[in-house]
Amino acid sequence: MAAGIALRMRARSEQATAATTESPLTRWLLIGTALGFLAVFLFLPLVLVFVYAFGQGISAYLAAFAEPDARTAIRLTLITAAIAVPVNTAFGVAAAWAIAKFEFKGKNLLITLVDLPFAVSPVIAGLIFVLLFGARGWFGPWLHAHDIRIIFATPGIVLATLFVTFPFVARELIPLMQAQGTEEEQSALTLGATGWQTFWRVTLPNIKWGLIYGVILCNARAMGEFGAVSVVSGHIRGQTNTMPLHIEILYNDYQFAAAFAVASLLAFLAVITLVVKSFVEWKSARTHAAVERESQGGGSS
Amino acid sequence: MSIEVQNISKTFGTFKALSSVSLNVPTGQLVALLGPSGSGKTTLLRIIAGLEQADEGSGSIYFHDEDVATQPVRRRQVGFVFQHYALFRHMSVFENVAFGLRVRPRRARPTKRDIRDRVHRLLALVQLDGMAGRYPSQLSGGQRQRVALARALAVEPKVLLLDEPFGALDAKVRKELRAWLRRLHDELHVTSVFVTHDQDEALEVADRIVVMNEGRIEQIGTPDEVFHHPQTEFVMKFLGEVNAFHCRVDSGRVQFDALELPFPQERQQIEGDARVFIRPYDVTIDTKTNGLPSVTAEVIRIHSAGPVVRLELRTATGQALAAELSQERFGTMNLQVGSNVYVRPRHIRVFTSA
Amino acid sequence: MSHGIAWKQRSVLPGFGLSMGLTLLYLALLVLIPLAGLVLFTGTWITLAEFWDKAVADPRVLASYRLSFGASLIAASLNGVFGLIVAWVLVRYRFPGKRFIDAIVDLPFALPTAVSGIALTTLYARTGWVGRWLDPLGIQVAYAWPGIVIALTLIGLPFVVRTVQPALEDLDHEIEEASASLGATRWQTFRRVILPTVFPALLTGFAMAFARAIGEFGSVYFIAGNMPMKTEIAPLLIIIKLEQFDYVGATGIGVVMLVAAFVLLLVINLLQWWSRRYQA
Repeated sequence: MAAGIALRMRARSEQATAATTESPLTRWLLIGTALGFLAVFLFLPLVLVFVYAFGQGISAYLAAFAEPDARTAIRLTLITAAIAVPVNTAFGVAAAWAIAKFEFKGKNLLITLVDLPFAVSPVIAGLIFVLLFGARGWFGPWLHAHDIRIIFATPGIVLATLFVTFPFVARELIPLMQAQGTEEEQSALTLGATGWQTFWRVTLPNIKWGLIYGVILCNARAMGEFGAVSVVSGHIRGQTNTMPLHIEILYNDYQFAAAFAVASLLAFLAVITLVVKSFVEWKSARTHAAVERESQGGGSS
Repeated sequence: MSIEVQNISKTFGTFKALSSVSLNVPTGQLVALLGPSGSGKTTLLRIIAGLEQADEGSGSIYFHDEDVATQPVRRRQVGFVFQHYALFRHMSVFENVAFGLRVRPRRARPTKRDIRDRVHRLLALVQLDGMAGRYPSQLSGGQRQRVALARALAVEPKVLLLDEPFGALDAKVRKELRAWLRRLHDELHVTSVFVTHDQDEALEVADRIVVMNEGRIEQIGTPDEVFHHPQTEFVMKFLGEVNAFHCRVDSGRVQFDALELPFPQERQQIEGDARVFIRPYDVTIDTKTNGLPSVTAEVIRIHSAGPVVRLELRTATGQALAAELSQERFGTMNLQVGSNVYVRPRHIRVFTSA
Repeated sequence: MSHGIAWKQRSVLPGFGLSMGLTLLYLALLVLIPLAGLVLFTGTWITLAEFWDKAVADPRVLASYRLSFGASLIAASLNGVFGLIVAWVLVRYRFPGKRFIDAIVDLPFALPTAVSGIALTTLYARTGWVGRWLDPLGIQVAYAWPGIVIALTLIGLPFVVRTVQPALEDLDHEIEEASASLGATRWQTFRRVILPTVFPALLTGFAMAFARAIGEFGSVYFIAGNMPMKTEIAPLLIIIKLEQFDYVGATGIGVVMLVAAFVLLLVINLLQWWSRRYQA
């Protein structure tokens, strides 16, 4: 399901010959179409966020964050991400280790299950937790009797966020670790390393960049999740609003400059995510190319 | 440190990779496990290393009287050189070689100084002293191979195990490294086992050769023994080209084609239907009969471009037969396609048909 | 071995028990049990008649399904066409700004849906940068179904591009040269050689974009206008029902959407299996 988000491990260079390329006219027509499409659908909205955010001047921009509601929203978003990202990172690494480094029956089923949250609508992700922990939900009466609030409170927001960001790190690492095989780990073991030493000194350095990208993507999604959080939060201003929910309130109140100001923070985070991804891909493409070049031309010393 | 393998079996799913294999490697020897792919040689090597576990209850492995079958790989103190080297790509050559020393528990870990000295000694040994700072991707195949070897030796292994050590190298480097490995072994005398599918490699480098086929050991012996006195049909066929004929063995006489020869093997007894094997260079070719028992054959093709001349023959009974003779002898005989010749086997081996 | 073939092959690497145990525990607690709860809830609290009335036969719900699935289908189709072009251009041609374009394709993965939602709405509103050019032509995008399609196209775009791109990269140049040497025109080569080869990937990307679109909420919520019977998507209806404490109605729609998601997941897995059928 989420094959699309994984890092691409290599890109081949163009090697067109006269027989396998198009006329310049066709070529530029296709490039033009692609660029036009991307401009209208991706580039313009991104630019618009920043233009509207700063449109009323820098002081109006900063004023948006001076508001106490905005501050609580930012704080709640940071708390949520601070819990969801490390938990899902730990889980993702464990899942990737089990799936990529061992052969067992039912592996494909397990991969599909790990991907499941990608296939489920975020609204349904919120719904299931409301059904479990809401006032009329499965555990509702028990929770009420013990005075524990999950829905319309921070725990519910964290749970919903954990659910929707669950697969990101694992999805990033599994193909990477599968491609690297287990020879280096076996090698470390024959040299006397313990399991942890093998993981920290051999496996982790090899998956470092993929892990960083997975964590950043997981973080971007954790901070930006709207649908699932919207269902479980209850939209209590100054208490259970995250940044995306705060944007919604400002926008519906016609406070466009403030809404876009908060949105620009999240958009900036998205841009950073893309920059990191490009950097990681560039880096792995370079090592890959170096390895390939050497293994082809590796003659005698 | 000797290695003793007793009755080891290994099954993958329904595939029997090893069936009750036993093997003894004396201290200080360099032994080759030789066989085609799927013969179980790599599986055996990995079981000795502890990278693979033998089937439960199937036997045991001793390193000098110590049963290591239940020891995890990291306690066995084997040096293992992987076929594709498995160098840590994020570490420099120095760090790769130092790894095994650095991961030791604090008590057993040498000091930084000792580690540095030992790594540099090893790099000098494998002739890579100037390369300590390089990364694996900056090395040639042969250099990587030597780093892998230095890394395995750094932990002062009880035994050295090499999986197809020259498999991934081109022909020239391969030949150089072969001779070099033999010299290195003569210097260090670590008990070593290497896996190969290349008979030349095994014959040239090893003290003893273990020929394997379909999960069993066919023969163990010195290069001379396995080459000149193969014990089974498989060994005969695997170590070089061979002509095969159906034959009958009757009270010490071998009958095939129009020939009858004495049974060749001393310690073996065979009666009835069997197969006789003749190497192409173990025949004498004549244009005239000289009274000795021989087979008449027609010359089908002549390959004279090479150190020896190869003839493709067809016997009077229609059997194909390959023969080799020296250039000088060929020069004196005036052979042409279509000529008739007398072929006299100088040396034969007979095995019952499997 | 006494129990025949083991479910896991033996390995010398440590940590399988720990990592697998953690994975299964976490997966069960966070994903499987809650999802099973939804199904269980439906089975025990809702009668079939109620389910039919509230999640299938209700005209407002039906209208939302039609909109959700219809708009998603159009959006996924748009992505199929333009995504293929974008992937082709990125794999085959050199042009200035290519690295930048390649990077920005992933924007919908990283940009929160609420942000893209308000940005698209502002862009396509009657006074927006794009909307002001469309308004005189009588085309209304924001607060109408075309706006929904545009939002869904945006969030589905990377799926098509990123599944087709590797398939195009792996395409052996020689088969195109072979096709050309056999006298095919460039278009024939594309139609008969290239397209069939990358088609499974294209279909997979299409199905992923479609699956993502039917579940999408954030970006559509702002641009749709949310008028009952007209521009109200199914996920929004779940939220509305929940706000009215109509758990039965919300759950019913949720189950329908969940089943649709599972069917699509199955289709995608089959497609990926199918696309590998020529591989050794």
